[in-house]
Amino acid sequence: MTGSARLPILIAVIVLALLPLGATSNTLLNFMTFALIVALAAQGWNLLGGYGGQFSFGHAAFFGTGAYAMGLLQVRFGLNPWAAMPVAMLLGAAVGWAIGFLAFRARLRGAYFALVTLAFAEVFRILANAWAFTGAAAGLLVPLKLQAANMQFEDKRLFYWLVLAFVAGALVLTAELARSRFGARLVALRENEDAARALGVDTLRVKLAAITLSAGVTAAAGGLYAQKSLYLDAAIAYGPWISVDALLAPIVGGLGTVFGPLIGALALLGLGELSKMALGNLFGGAVPGIDLIVFGILLILAVAFAPRGLLGLFDRLIRRPRPAEGGEATP
Amino acid sequence: MTAPLLVVEDLTKRFGGLTAVDRAALTVRAGTIAGLIGPNGAGKTTLFAMISGFETPTSGAVRFEGRDVTALPAHQRTAAGIARTFQIVQPFAGLSVRENIAVGAYLRRAGRTEALAHADAVGRAVGLGPQLDRPAGEMTVAGRKRLELARALATDPKLLLLDEVLAGLNPSEIRDMIPVIRRIREGGVTILIVEHVMQAVMSLCDEVHVLAQGRMIASGPPLAVARDPAVMEAYLGHGAAARIAASARNPGAPDHA
Repeated sequence: MTGSARLPILIAVIVLALLPLGATSNTLLNFMTFALIVALAAQGWNLLGGYGGQFSFGHAAFFGTGAYAMGLLQVRFGLNPWAAMPVAMLLGAAVGWAIGFLAFRARLRGAYFALVTLAFAEVFRILANAWAFTGAAAGLLVPLKLQAANMQFEDKRLFYWLVLAFVAGALVLTAELARSRFGARLVALRENEDAARALGVDTLRVKLAAITLSAGVTAAAGGLYAQKSLYLDAAIAYGPWISVDALLAPIVGGLGTVFGPLIGALALLGLGELSKMALGNLFGGAVPGIDLIVFGILLILAVAFAPRGLLGLFDRLIRRPRPAEGGEATP
Repeated sequence: MTAPLLVVEDLTKRFGGLTAVDRAALTVRAGTIAGLIGPNGAGKTTLFAMISGFETPTSGAVRFEGRDVTALPAHQRTAAGIARTFQIVQPFAGLSVRENIAVGAYLRRAGRTEALAHADAVGRAVGLGPQLDRPAGEMTVAGRKRLELARALATDPKLLLLDEVLAGLNPSEIRDMIPVIRRIREGGVTILIVEHVMQAVMSLCDEVHVLAQGRMIASGPPLAVARDPAVMEAYLGHGAAARIAASARNPGAPDHA
């Protein structure tokens, strides 16, 4: 879609990398680390949902698999987290492939595909909540060992930079993919599946590749989350919150764009935090769930006024207005 | 006589109790333009869909270059060399014209540069040169018909199935389009067209096949087919051929009996 995005990616990553050098507030660093983890999960969602048009409501299935794999491989199998990370991503990708195989072979699309993914995520949540191996309802604690060799850092900025490296990798992956044959086929089947088939696109194969890749990226976000908080339970790892965040961020930021998920995640979570603080001060205490109300309002605003997300809005406001934008232009 | 490129053998398609296509057979020779005509509801679109792999026949076979392709799904038939266009044009709205054509070009080219270069060449050949950078969603109907053609051509087909590429165009747009189709054939692509615009069928086709109520009722050169009494009856109703013959003998007599 866009031309080469290498320079903007480089600039964005440098700006984000410099952030903790200027601002030393622990709260801010914590927030930014969390926001980037959500952005990474959203970048995974965007590969399948934004470029491929297959809206999943259940990316928690991949996030949670990544998170639990990261935790369990360390706790139950004594694996080093640096080794556990790629395994967690592969396991998440495998779950993505399996769900995709079942859903896409049955030719599920649109709302049906969304519901099936949601159902899978819920089943995983219930299983993880019941099974002793995953720590059941008590959850899973990863022992604290502050060593770089253990992917736990005394200096919290190092972990932030690690997460940023993953986000940067996902940005480059997305930009490269958008310019590749696979990307062109993915967008083609999003726009019109029959027309894509007529042009020789094996739509099942392309969709399976997309959901596998998508799940692998979102599983990496889950793995990083597990390593950040060193505690997991089913409601965190497989909870609907991450499915919602992962799909809202690209919709608010710009579906099927390289930067949409990152911008969307920062905007959504930032506004959520700010409204929590502002209303907390106003009412002299926390207002639980206020950030969800903000998310809802943002989603409605995005769908109504910025169907191409913040990036599309930016395009329209800043750049020269182009004549006859999209639509059925009458001759 | 050149070898047959496409052979359709006794294709039948039933939807429940309705027989949409009933043992239809036709042969398209390499290097020719063949036409498939028939009144509305004759089963042309269904027959077309079975040749291109979008519908599975109830019985019968489709042979392409001597090979049985009946069981191949649509995308593999395109890979084998059968490309199709859609009557209702289906551009990828989010992409530019060039990127639309490139999706077809990618079938035989993995690299972006080669695919885009091929898309450029094909786009120019069908007269889309000035519009290559425009979003496909902004095209006029005539432009979309050309885009539909260009995308299919970009897959380097041996056989091109055109589903009413002239429908919805005005007479001058039709006049512009006919030489484009001729040039495609001159480039070595065999063509089978479903068309309602008779003037185009008569001037383009080497051979015409007529489908009526799911059955193939006539095949042959356009002029012979147009004079075939069975074809007149299919289009104009029972007894039409006799009435036309009668009115040809008595030019003054009223048309209706």
